[in-house]
Amino acid sequence: MIDFLMRRVLVVGTSAFLALGAASALAQQRLAAIEPAGSAEISIKNFKFVPPSLTVMPGTAVTWVNNDEEPHNVVSPDRAFRSKAIDGGEKFTAVFDKPGTFKYICAVHPQMRGEIIVK
Amino acid sequence: MTERDNGMEPTRANLGRRRLLKCMAWAGTGIVWTVAGGVPRSLGLGEAFAAPAADGFTFVQISDSHIGFNKEANPDPNATLQAAIDRISKLPKPPAMVLHTGDVTHLSKPEEFDTAAGILKAVKQDIHYIPGEHDVIGDDGKQYFERFEPKIKTGGWYSFDQGGVHFVGMINVLTFAKANLGGFGSEQLEWLEKDLKGHSASTPIVVFSHVPMWPLYPEWGWSTDDAPQAMSYLKRFGSVTVLNGHIHQVVQKVEGKVTFQTAMSTAFPQPVAGQGPAPGPMKVPADKLRSVLGIREIVIEPQKSAAVTDVTLA
Repeated sequence: MIDFLMRRVLVVGTSAFLALGAASALAQQRLAAIEPAGSAEISIKNFKFVPPSLTVMPGTAVTWVNNDEEPHNVVSPDRAFRSKAIDGGEKFTAVFDKPGTFKYICAVHPQMRGEIIVK
Repeated sequence: MTERDNGMEPTRANLGRRRLLKCMAWAGTGIVWTVAGGVPRSLGLGEAFAAPAADGFTFVQISDSHIGFNKEANPDPNATLQAAIDRISKLPKPPAMVLHTGDVTHLSKPEEFDTAAGILKAVKQDIHYIPGEHDVIGDDGKQYFERFEPKIKTGGWYSFDQGGVHFVGMINVLTFAKANLGGFGSEQLEWLEKDLKGHSASTPIVVFSHVPMWPLYPEWGWSTDDAPQAMSYLKRFGSVTVLNGHIHQVVQKVEGKVTFQTAMSTAFPQPVAGQGPAPGPMKVPADKLRSVLGIREIVIEPQKSAAVTDVTLA
């Protein structure tokens, strides 16, 4: 469970991409080489994960976008998987490789719950 | 707000929550609240400062500084924390000490802790801290405890005696990720039961923690799941004052000999419970901001309930 699903975990600030694009073609290639099979997005709005349940194929990069002014994070209750604080306007991406159902909460606001189903 | 709402009867003891919430909204126009014997009454700011200093043991609660917050609801929480410290220094009777009931920082970042500690150094009195959920993001409070309560062992909760009052600092923001619920956890509750055993029922008790210790609005996480167990250990005492933060506004509840009080933030207000889709920073006109931020003075007099005065930064 430790390397969980994460081949790659990025806090994908727009600035990170801009910096990469401008500075290093090599980095771009490396990024492209491990680009996941697909991607999906979960919006955090009004203290809710939308959609609360998301089904994806193995290898999908799931990005949480915080559209609140309040910081949130994404944490699995067994701590196998936990983001840092995602402030308003920031994003967090994790790649889900292995099949299973992965429940998570916002540890800052534990009433916020969601799940990723990988199959 | 209508004239009739402003004409509330301030001496009625059993104010319903709805009525209290109305009063809270009114606090936005520069009114200061006093609770004596559990009965809220309002004071104008000048009146509060002109009132003769009480004889009892006096201390101050500040809360929810959110250093690092930079959104529209308050682009400069450093300045408003500084204003809160100025308010403390201008109280007619200097408080014996200060409690900070959590969310010192906004994102638990090292630089936020640095800035907060730098500003709070200006407080002359000892400050006793208890963390909010914003202080423990990502590291279970490691930086927080190193910085603010380095002598505290075990889980970070503690108690002390001062001015004839037994103070208990409790933590209800660290079980979130483990249990999916905000709460104290069994280890802390066992500690509380033992901690209180050595004290007579006539000892005034002040419990302080971040999240409200009664189900104020569980839908928004404004509740502590296992607080009823804590309250069962406290019920034999003649005077129990529970001081919380988290919701950035004054809400009061009286249950027998226990008074529950949430405090204003020094950074930004939040909506009244259930008004709007979610909690979170609430924008008010810039010139109104300091009228919804504040500090709280608490006076504990022997054989009496705590007298609580909320003072805005306006």
